[in-house]
Amino acid sequence: MEFSEHIKTANVEDVVLRRPFYQPTKGTLCVTGHHLIFSNRGGDSARPFLLLLRNIDAIEKSVENLPSVSSGTITLKCKDLCVLQLDIPGMEECLNIASSIESLSSLETVSEMYPFFYRPPFLSLQDQWGLSSTEQHYAQMKEIHDGWRVSQVNRDYSVSPSYPPAVIVPHSIDDETLVKAARFRQGGRFPVLCYYHRETGTVIMRSSQPLSGANRKRCREDELLLQAVIDGSELGYIIDTRSSQQAQQARMTGGGFESKSCYRGWKRLHRQLEKGKVLQESLIKLVEACGDQSHSVDRWLSKLENSKWLSHVQTALSTAGLVAECVERDGHSVLVHGSEGTDTSLLVSSLAQLILDPDSRTLAGFLGLLEREWVQAGHPFQQRCAHSAYSHVRLRHEAPVFVLLLDCVWQLARQFPLAMGFSEPLLLRLAKEVYASDYGTFLCNSDQERCVTGVKERTHCLFQSLLRANERQHYSNPLYERTELAIWPSIQPPSLQWTCAFSPIQWPFDMC
Amino acid sequence: MEHILTPKVEEVQLLDRYTAKKPAIGTLYLTATHLIFVETSCNTRKETWIIHHHIATVEKLPLTGTGYPLNISCKNFHVVHFVIPSERYCQDVYHSLLRLSQPAKLEDLFAFLYNPKQDEDDRRNGWGFIDSAMDFKRMGLPNEFWELTDLNKNYELCSTYHSELGIPKTARKDTVLGSAKFRSRGRLPTLSYYHKESNGAICRCSQPLSGISARCLEDEEMLQAISRANPNSTFMYVVDTRPKLNAMANRAAGKGYENADNYSNIRFQFVGIENIHVMRNSLQKLLEVCAMKSPTMSDYLTGLENSGWLRHIKAVMDAGVFLAKAVADEKASVLVHCSDGWDRTAQVCSLASILLDNFYRTIKGLMVLIEKEWISMGHKFTQRCGHVDGDPKEVSPVFTQFLECVWNLMEQYPCGFEYNEKYLLEIHNHVYSCQFGNFIGNCQREREEMRLKEKTFSVWPFLWENRQQYINPLYKCSLGREVLRPSTLPLNFKFWCGMYNHFDKGMQPKQSILDHLLTIIQKRVEGEKKMTDFQRKLAVMDGVLADECTLKSRPPEQTLMPPVSVAHTSKNMQIKEETIIQLAPTAGSKQI
Repeated sequence: MEFSEHIKTANVEDVVLRRPFYQPTKGTLCVTGHHLIFSNRGGDSARPFLLLLRNIDAIEKSVENLPSVSSGTITLKCKDLCVLQLDIPGMEECLNIASSIESLSSLETVSEMYPFFYRPPFLSLQDQWGLSSTEQHYAQMKEIHDGWRVSQVNRDYSVSPSYPPAVIVPHSIDDETLVKAARFRQGGRFPVLCYYHRETGTVIMRSSQPLSGANRKRCREDELLLQAVIDGSELGYIIDTRSSQQAQQARMTGGGFESKSCYRGWKRLHRQLEKGKVLQESLIKLVEACGDQSHSVDRWLSKLENSKWLSHVQTALSTAGLVAECVERDGHSVLVHGSEGTDTSLLVSSLAQLILDPDSRTLAGFLGLLEREWVQAGHPFQQRCAHSAYSHVRLRHEAPVFVLLLDCVWQLARQFPLAMGFSEPLLLRLAKEVYASDYGTFLCNSDQERCVTGVKERTHCLFQSLLRANERQHYSNPLYERTELAIWPSIQPPSLQWTCAFSPIQWPFDMC
Repeated sequence: MEHILTPKVEEVQLLDRYTAKKPAIGTLYLTATHLIFVETSCNTRKETWIIHHHIATVEKLPLTGTGYPLNISCKNFHVVHFVIPSERYCQDVYHSLLRLSQPAKLEDLFAFLYNPKQDEDDRRNGWGFIDSAMDFKRMGLPNEFWELTDLNKNYELCSTYHSELGIPKTARKDTVLGSAKFRSRGRLPTLSYYHKESNGAICRCSQPLSGISARCLEDEEMLQAISRANPNSTFMYVVDTRPKLNAMANRAAGKGYENADNYSNIRFQFVGIENIHVMRNSLQKLLEVCAMKSPTMSDYLTGLENSGWLRHIKAVMDAGVFLAKAVADEKASVLVHCSDGWDRTAQVCSLASILLDNFYRTIKGLMVLIEKEWISMGHKFTQRCGHVDGDPKEVSPVFTQFLECVWNLMEQYPCGFEYNEKYLLEIHNHVYSCQFGNFIGNCQREREEMRLKEKTFSVWPFLWENRQQYINPLYKCSLGREVLRPSTLPLNFKFWCGMYNHFDKGMQPKQSILDHLLTIIQKRVEGEKKMTDFQRKLAVMDGVLADECTLKSRPPEQTLMPPVSVAHTSKNMQIKEETIIQLAPTAGSKQI
């Protein structure tokens, strides 16, 4: 299908663009396959205003059709939370533009999306896509080579469709065992290594829930795999990101948890982290609260409380702190999982790594962490970020787990402003890119899908681009001083701050 | 000293307020001025000093397994929980602290004891360090519209005002006298801030004694004169900072607000800031939230909302922003009052001054502002801070709220202020500590009667001496006289953890950008000093300069911010780098 089929009116003159903190400007509006382009030739800014259609979350239109005036107004609510308004002369033009935006912004075919067309002069498709592979990552960690190996068991994505082709597993466990263990885990996501702690020699692993079901099925291979991690004598912790009640209920639908009797040496702790719809609604309420026009502090605080967003931030950080404590202070290995192992498990494991690992706190290290723990590990970005806080579309799989991660990282950086190599603008940029991007990094739901659609060959990688010299400078923290120590955040409510990043009106007030 | 029954108690436990950590064990000392706890349980000697006047409440709790608990909460929001082994000692300490924290007479305050080993000249010069009258000169007074009058030199016109008042040039003496009679406690309309750029003025006063229908021609003339003093506007605002209901209730008592029909060309406006009693209760509720042991996020946010504290802060800020906009954008003059004009009026006028004038965003400027709008205009520090045993209903955190508004501005304009958060906290500490004479007394006349300038020291030179600590390294004075236009969206008002949880280090950010930058600056100053020394030595060795001892030593430079661009030869650069390396043994790890 051609984009032009969706475009009934490509150009409109004398459109007025209104956006927060700018004077309304009159100019020409142009709709293309992927963008809204607004230019005011007579204006002071030579650069046209460019809006990715994919960024539009909700569109509202109102038209006036009188003999004297025929005009319309389109309000665009973007996924990056910005709200714009277009005053368009001519009712028909307005309706045409609106319908073009509606259909073009909701195109679902991955290969038609803008990253497949984005060809900036400073990047080449020949460049390596992604920062590092599992093999390269493994090669860098000499200290784990005795106990751990890279397994290619998933090379054709048949063992776990959402895992990358290579994963790191205990040396003593062969691929055959892995295949069997995978059958016992939802989506085939058997326990894999995500972090090795040099000082204590303990690890953080993640997986999905075991499929023990109502009949308390066992899987010898899965037990062996975990046994190999703690090597018999020691103790390990399983941090289940569901409440114990939820974990019990999961058995009714074929899921479950690791029972004490089958997994000797493993102690299970439950910390309930919200995800899915609950989290999405939390974000919607938060953004609604931030945009509240009543100017009442009481109303704001009550809405903020009601959104529960900061409670989610608090729980995520405290669970990550618990994982880090097990590893660093108690010297025990940890397995993190919830149910699918593609959302809260990733949130907890990546936050725990930021707390513990100085390497993950550099700009490149942090992007590497995101690549390993989110992109390669199969966080379903396309499903989770299909819509943001304004959409009226019925929610399906949307959940701002990644945005929650960014807020938690922001809280960490606020408490340890010298320990992070990257700055707040990076987090804001990522929050924008994850919903609508020129780059292919956050397209698709898994590595497999990325391969099938040719994302790695035909789009550019955001992380690579962010590490180019001038971008790197912009996103680096000028006060950064590496510390080898763990950074333990305070999770007391007064220590956690609400941020105006969720407000539709974001502006650096200090313009000096 | 007669209040100290037991000067020393051993085996006292200091409990951790939030965590279940093992309590610290140590010795408690009571001196004439301080309560000191010296920890003996750890290897390093850790001391906790609390100045008696900071103590707001002392509370004895029922016996626990380990002893007799004694809870102390301070006016600077330090909260300590002691457990004292014997009942008698607990009783003694309790009674001593009650008497010491709030003496019966002003003469028993710390300031009258405090002697920093300075001579009389230093003391006198110290009191002259900040002169609020000079600020009128800075604003360009006297000019063709405004002049200073000494009509109040014996405090006959208004006992709670300063002796020098700014009034419009066209106001006749009988107008001024008549207006003063028509204003509550004689607090007539007088100049607070004159904005050169727009000719707009901010004036302040107390409520008129208008009752249901009374009017006063002189007062009407006075407002007319203020309005005429601004050729750029045909009208002036009269801002009543109270909620309308409160103002109306005052009418029944013969006070009230201006009837716009009687005054020509005024625009009357209520801004709805609550009174001192509401503010006191609100702070109490806020502190209850702070005292919650591991609250959930919901408990905390609900508590914050119910306290109403941030709502009140926003109300003060909104009013300040209203004033600044009126003066800067509409070029109009504004007359501000509440009931007596010494609480809300002081908050609002001083906040507007900060928004309008960059000078008040400097270290010295804030001193001038506090001196001018608070001390000399009769904010009742003795009563509002509860320095001496008195009516608890007169205590209210009005000044604290002003500082909190400034802090909120600093959060929005991280480069707009010469001073940092520590400066605000230190001022707040000294307002309550009574170590210096500045914040003792309710008005200028009282201070003169107490002869504070002869018996106590001024805090301003002391703060100025230590100004290195209070510098904001990010300050850009290039903002100039630009008017600040802060966002007053509710979400921009944050809980001031640095004030209310100042002593709960675990809750503060673990690394401080401010401390980090101050250390870097300190190192740079030291490094550059060392470099100059090396250069001189080098020059001496090369025979370019005469020997050091024959040279007159340069006067010690007290640069706040060392010049950024110093021309270096490559040789000098090398020396400089070496020095810095030598001087930088501490890593960031130390701060964690």
